[in-house]
Parts: sequence; C-alpha cells; structure tokens
Amino acid sequence: MRTGARLMGAPLLSVKGLSTEFRTERGVVKAVDDVSFDLAAGETLAIVGESGSGKSVTAMSILRLIPDPPGRISAGEVVFDGQNLLTLSDEEIRAIRGNRIAMIFQEPMSSLNPSLTVGLQIAEPINLHRRTPWAAAMDMAVELLGRVRMSDARSRIKAYPHQFSGGMRQRAMIAMALACQPQLIIADEPTTALDVTVQAQILALLKEVTRAANSALILITHDLGVVARYADRVCVMYGGRVVEAGPAREIYARPRHPYTIGLMASVPRLDQEAGSRLVPIEGSPPNLADLPPGCAFAPRCRRAADICRQRPMLVRSAPDHLSACHFHAHLSAHVGT
Amino acid sequence: MSAPDTVLEVKDLKVHFPVMAGAVMRRQVGSVKAVDGVSFDVRRGETLGLVGESGCGKSTTGLAILKMIDITSGEVKFEGEDISSYDRSRMRPIRRRMQMVYQDPFGSLNPRMKVSEIVGEPLEVHGMASNRAAYDARVASLLDMVGLLPDMADRYPHEFSGGQRQRIGIARALALDPALIICDEPVSALDVSIQAQVVNLFQELQERLGLTYIFIAHDLAVVRHISHRIAVMYLGRIVEIAPRSELYAKPLHPYTQALLAAIPIPDPEVEASRPQQIITGEVPSAMRPPPGCRFHTRCPQVMEVCKSVDPPMRDRGGGRAVACHLYDAA
Repeated sequence: MRTGARLMGAPLLSVKGLSTEFRTERGVVKAVDDVSFDLAAGETLAIVGESGSGKSVTAMSILRLIPDPPGRISAGEVVFDGQNLLTLSDEEIRAIRGNRIAMIFQEPMSSLNPSLTVGLQIAEPINLHRRTPWAAAMDMAVELLGRVRMSDARSRIKAYPHQFSGGMRQRAMIAMALACQPQLIIADEPTTALDVTVQAQILALLKEVTRAANSALILITHDLGVVARYADRVCVMYGGRVVEAGPAREIYARPRHPYTIGLMASVPRLDQEAGSRLVPIEGSPPNLADLPPGCAFAPRCRRAADICRQRPMLVRSAPDHLSACHFHAHLSAHVGT
Repeated sequence: MSAPDTVLEVKDLKVHFPVMAGAVMRRQVGSVKAVDGVSFDVRRGETLGLVGESGCGKSTTGLAILKMIDITSGEVKFEGEDISSYDRSRMRPIRRRMQMVYQDPFGSLNPRMKVSEIVGEPLEVHGMASNRAAYDARVASLLDMVGLLPDMADRYPHEFSGGQRQRIGIARALALDPALIICDEPVSALDVSIQAQVVNLFQELQERLGLTYIFIAHDLAVVRHISHRIAVMYLGRIVEIAPRSELYAKPLHPYTQALLAAIPIPDPEVEASRPQQIITGEVPSAMRPPPGCRFHTRCPQVMEVCKSVDPPMRDRGGGRAVACHLYDAA
C-alpha cells in the first residue's frame, strides 16, 4: 500500500535484493544481504545503522563503487529511473556518477583533489557531463558556491581545499554534488567529522538545496537525532540487512523491531529528564564474518526465542511499515517495552 | 575559601602554546591560547561536564589539571593542595588520586600487553601490590567492577570489542583508587548501542565508589545525561556554567542556546515543532581570538559593547554563572 503521491509513478530508485560480499581471510563476508527499498523523487531516506550494519556498502553498491576484488555485488537490482545500474557498462555508469547521481562523503578532504583549485573541481563535472565550455562552467561554479552560502564565492573558486575549514570543504562538496542537477544525492555520514553547530548548518543546507532542486536524498547516518530532523523515510540496518523500514514519524512513534526499540531507549535526549538510567542494548554489534543463523540481532535481543534461529523475512507489519522480526505484531507498543 | 568537600579548584587557568616560525632563526611569532582564564570547582562525588566544539580547550583543560602539559599561569588545587608548580616527581603521589580515561579505546591500550598487565600495571608502578596473590586478587576485582569476566584477564586488547576495551581502560584508571577521574570523550568512539552501557557503568561506579568525574565531550545530550553541572566552553573560556536541568530549561548564553538548538532530538514530532535557530560561521582560530567577547562574530544577539569589551563571568545565583553582556544590567 503506497501513499497517494507515490501511486502516480514508479519510484526514482528501487533497490531489490541487493547483496554485496567481500572475500576476506576469514572467508566470504556478506556486508549487504538481500537489501531492498524504494525512493521517490524529492524524498529523503535515512539509512541508519552502526558499524558493520552495511549502510555505507549499500550506498557504494548503488553507484558501483565497490572495489573488486575483494568486493563483489553478488545479487540484486538497482533500478534508477527505469534502468538497472548493475547491468550498465563501465562507461555508462560513469556517465551517471557525479551527474544524475552525486555522492558526498564523510571526509571531504579525501574526495577533493588537494592540487586543484576548488573552482576547477566544481566546474569539472559540468564540463565533462554537460559539455559546457570551461569559462561558462567556472561561472556556474561561482554561482553554485553562492548557493551553498559561501561568502566571497568569486575569489573562493581560486582557493585550494587545504585553505578551507572543514565546514567550507563540505559546502564545496555539496556545490560539486549539485553541479549537474542530480536526481539523487547520496550523503554518507556527511557531517560526522564536523562540529555540532557546523553539522546543523550543513545538514540544513543539504536539505534546503535538495528540496529546491527536487532531488532525492539518501542520508547515511548513525545519529537518530539527524534522522528525526531531516528524513521522510527510514531504513534501519543491522548485520547487513534491513530490519525495519517506513516513514520516519511512524518508525519513531511505533517501532516494530527490538533493535530499533533498543536504540531509541539507549540514547539520552535533551528534552527528557536527565539522570535516569539509560536502557542499553547488551552485547556488541555483530561480526559479519560470524553471524548467527537466523536473526542477526537475536544474541542481543531480550525477546529472542527458538524461532529466532530461523531468518525473519522483512514483512509488512502495518500499512507502509516493514519489520524483520518474528514478533513484530507484538511490538506495537511504544518505546521502552 | 574552599568547602571541605571540594576535590578540585581551578582558578584562572591559562595554557598557551607558543607558535614558532623560521628554520634557522627559530622565533616565537604568536601563541595559541588553548585555555585562557578558566575557573571552576568540582565537589566530591559530582560529575562536572565540560562541553564545547573543537578548539574550545576542553581537552587541554583536562590535560593541564593532570599536569600532562605545562600550565602557563593560574592555580590548580587538588584536595586542598596547590599542584600548579609541581614537577613530575612531586606529581607522582597525586597521580594516584587523579586518573584519566581516554576517547580511543583502540589507541590507548598497549596491544602487546595482556588485560591483566594493562589493568595491573599502575599497581606495580606505584608499588601497591605486596605480592602476586594480592595483585591477582586486585586485578580480578577490578575486572569484575567494570563488568568483565575473570577469564578475560589473559587475553589481549585486539580480542575485545570497542565497548569492552573502554571497560579495560576504566579498570586501569580505577586500579589505584582515585578520587577524581577525568574522562575525555570516553564514549564518542563507540557505537550508539554501546555508549549507554559505558555511560551506565560510569554512573554505577560513581555511586559505588564515591568517584568524582570531569566528563569532557562534544555531545551535549550525553554530557547533560551524566553530569550534575555543566560548563560550556568556547575558544579557551567557560561562557556558562549551570546545573544540568537549568542549562537545558533556560540556557543564558547565546552560545549555549545555539549548541542546544543544533542538537536534534530523536523524535520527528518534537523536531517538527522546534524552532530551527542555526547560527552561522565556524569557530575562529584560537591563535587570533576575536576581541571583546570571543563569540561576538557568530552571536545572533551581538551588541556594540561585545566587540570591544570582554564580558566577565557573572554569578547568577543557584550555581549558575554566565559571561555575556546581555546580563550586564541585571
């Protein structure tokens, strides 16, 4: 059952049964295991998870940025605007990357070329993908830096990345991502390395520019607060799998997976009475090379029972709300149970 | 005069790092005023949170209290004793009573040492275990205190998860029965689901052992949860200090307000109705802090006076103090 707006057409992005594995010394590790989700134009989807949840590998797989070897996309489809990206030639996928789908990484310094001016790097995709002459592309770079609220854009385009602060670099990355008016932006922990106040600025900016361009946004994060402030929909990942998915408000109000419920009870909130004990999730995130059979969360789950040794399917637990828990129907109570 | 239950008194602490230039003729061209006139007390059994963004001096303050870096000026009194001028050897007995827990549970543990050696090393260094049996018993009880199993003593750090490694670091800090533990971002490198385990452990240990903490972190939600009082720092200064409930209910300093507004609350319903006041700009360089109030370049309520006059810390009663010209008249 889809909401009205989404009935009108096929989703912009449809990931179906995506699996990505890595060959390691300890055998083949499934970093992403049968992941599916849809994303509509203009929508913001947050993929939430901890280390090893598979959230970043999912993002890299969409753009086929998985180093092979040791990695390999072993199954699934990534249908973007009607085209399966996994069957495209290298040349075809390059024409989409940085053009119709742009990516923003956690460490802008590692994705910016230190020896080229910022202006040149923003203008490059415009020149490459749009065949815009360099002079005009540089003018667009100035305009883009203005759009990401960089003061003094005309002189900033001549600066090198090391002359920028962390926040300014991330602004430059956003400008670069916007250069070709992408239909989809994937941002992988874009503000984790930034100060709290700058983090808020950059996320607000990202949300604003994607909304203005009607671009869809995939926001990869571990921060439940960021999800609550910026996401329309949420996909919670654990041990390489999607364990819960749905609209943000619905997931926060009525979580239907013990992991999601546990996460929410374990983070302190500024708007709640301080001093009371947090309710932690026992144990540690799983080792992907050594996942338990069945539900990956079962070893840490208070509700775990025999049936959890069988792998729970991601099923519709409520309208537009998916859960991969055998007990999803009994978890409808609010957080804290 | 300090109250008898005051563990630590810091008065006008300054830590300036010289900035040198020139390859042949090395000369000082300036200084980074990492900590520039910080004062606070910590009472026995309480947790004081130090919060702020990069370059605010919170970690440097912690290191200076432990005398792990040189103090430029100011006074640090620990359990009534002025340790400001103490050298390494005079600090030795003090260091038993003051310990540190670090952010990085991966980098701060020696990978070649067994857990029992890591936890027991301080006992040996300070001659605190009379014999092997006493040593083993103490290590076992320390592991138990932090929720690790006895058979983990013979394993090496790489065999542990991040949360367990942080427990090892805490056990080591507890080995000498310290009065004060300075915790520098002790949970920020941990996964979200693990942070609560470690935060709870800190609280349990405090209740059990009567520990005093200085809890340094950038995450105001975590700091507020664990601290009794919170000092908000900006560019080497404390701009506001308040009991935790007041700080969120009625933040006085515009920077505190900005920090609180910047932190999203994990609830879409609450977020939708929250005013989004995001301040602009980034923290200026600590080498050239702005004149007057250091926050004035980013302050949404900046006045003329703020650009030239450095606001003093003013007592607002009820354990609160703020350094802001908005409260000059009152």
